[in-house]
Amino acid sequence: MTSAFELILCLMILGTACVALFMRDFLAAVAFFVVFGNLMGLAWLTLGAVNVALAEIAIGAGVTGVLLVLSRSRLLALGEEISCGPAKPWLRLGAAAACSVFTAVLAAAVLSIAPDDGLAPVIDGLMPLIGVENPVTGVLLAFRAYDTLLESFVLLGALVAIWSLAAPAAWPRAPAALRMTDPAALNVAGSFGRLLLPVALVMAAYLVWVGSDDPGGAFQGGTVLAGGFLFAAMGGAIGLPRSDNSALRWSLVAGPLVFLAIGLAGAALGRFLAYPEGTAKALIVTIEYSLALSIGVTLALLVAGPPATTETGL
Amino acid sequence: MTISTSLGHLFPLTGAALVGLGLFGFISLRHPLRQLLAVNVIGAGIFLILGGLGRGEGVTDPYPQALVITGIVVSVALTAVGAAMITRLAEERRAAGTASDQPKDQGP
Repeated sequence: MTSAFELILCLMILGTACVALFMRDFLAAVAFFVVFGNLMGLAWLTLGAVNVALAEIAIGAGVTGVLLVLSRSRLLALGEEISCGPAKPWLRLGAAAACSVFTAVLAAAVLSIAPDDGLAPVIDGLMPLIGVENPVTGVLLAFRAYDTLLESFVLLGALVAIWSLAAPAAWPRAPAALRMTDPAALNVAGSFGRLLLPVALVMAAYLVWVGSDDPGGAFQGGTVLAGGFLFAAMGGAIGLPRSDNSALRWSLVAGPLVFLAIGLAGAALGRFLAYPEGTAKALIVTIEYSLALSIGVTLALLVAGPPATTETGL
Repeated sequence: MTISTSLGHLFPLTGAALVGLGLFGFISLRHPLRQLLAVNVIGAGIFLILGGLGRGEGVTDPYPQALVITGIVVSVALTAVGAAMITRLAEERRAAGTASDQPKDQGP
């Protein structure tokens, strides 16, 4: 029963991936990509990885899907074609042969490794030391906190890279507005955005809070926040801030800064990113809340794109 | 044989197939936005290999789970930068095409 379900799920994942890649109409392709992301989330649930399932569905399917749809409409507005002629037959044939060989080698490599949860008992043994119960949060914010710190800077770096793509005349204005131009759609999105934003705030705070003991966490909470911001912006309920707004800039760096400050305080007391005995949970929750705020704002602005000279909406 | 030993490789193998599919898409699709989507499919495949190989009896290793969450966030950052660069290139092309006209980047 379980195995049949998993087999069907894997076939559906591969099928939706094929459609998403090779569908002629790009909008439909993105729709299938979102379905693909949700099926991936289901696969993570089957694996018992609820934290990853939340992140995959919210970020992998949701935010990436919005990004692709937005880029499509911006390109179409610039008079670009998204569809492309079929590649030359020899290229297709060569690519198919090369990719088949590569996949076979990769599959052989995968088969040579036995699935193993060897680190789970080690991590379980260490969890009581930090006072949180979600092992994934423990790995992200205590045992491998270094990775997560660098990751928060990667997000910030990506935003800096996007902002640096702004035309000279556009800096430091707000990104091109996400407001819908169709009045009926704007009306619906506006009312829904106004309803959704407070719910998203509460849900983000909740996800971060339960993240220490149950599935959830800063990334999932931050993404929910970003979703709320984006929807409210599409409905015109909130405007996008200028890039030199100091409140905006502080909320962008709050998470990485708090994380770095706590890490450096740990260094002063002994080891970089080591939490003193008994304070680990309080520090982890502090870091997670500031990270969730920064991640939410950063993700929303990553989707919105670089500062632009025009004010019109979608 | 328990489920985890007989089926343990199902998700990692699906991941390997996704990497191959995405790679084929990346090479054979000639539009950068479609290639960006293909990169995301490759990424999803890699995550599935990484996470699926951590599958044990009942639990999945939390260590690769944490790495995959980090990976998902980094890949959305990459997608966002890629999409912004593609849009900017299109603006440049349009500005070069109609030199007198300021590039407008929004429409219906």
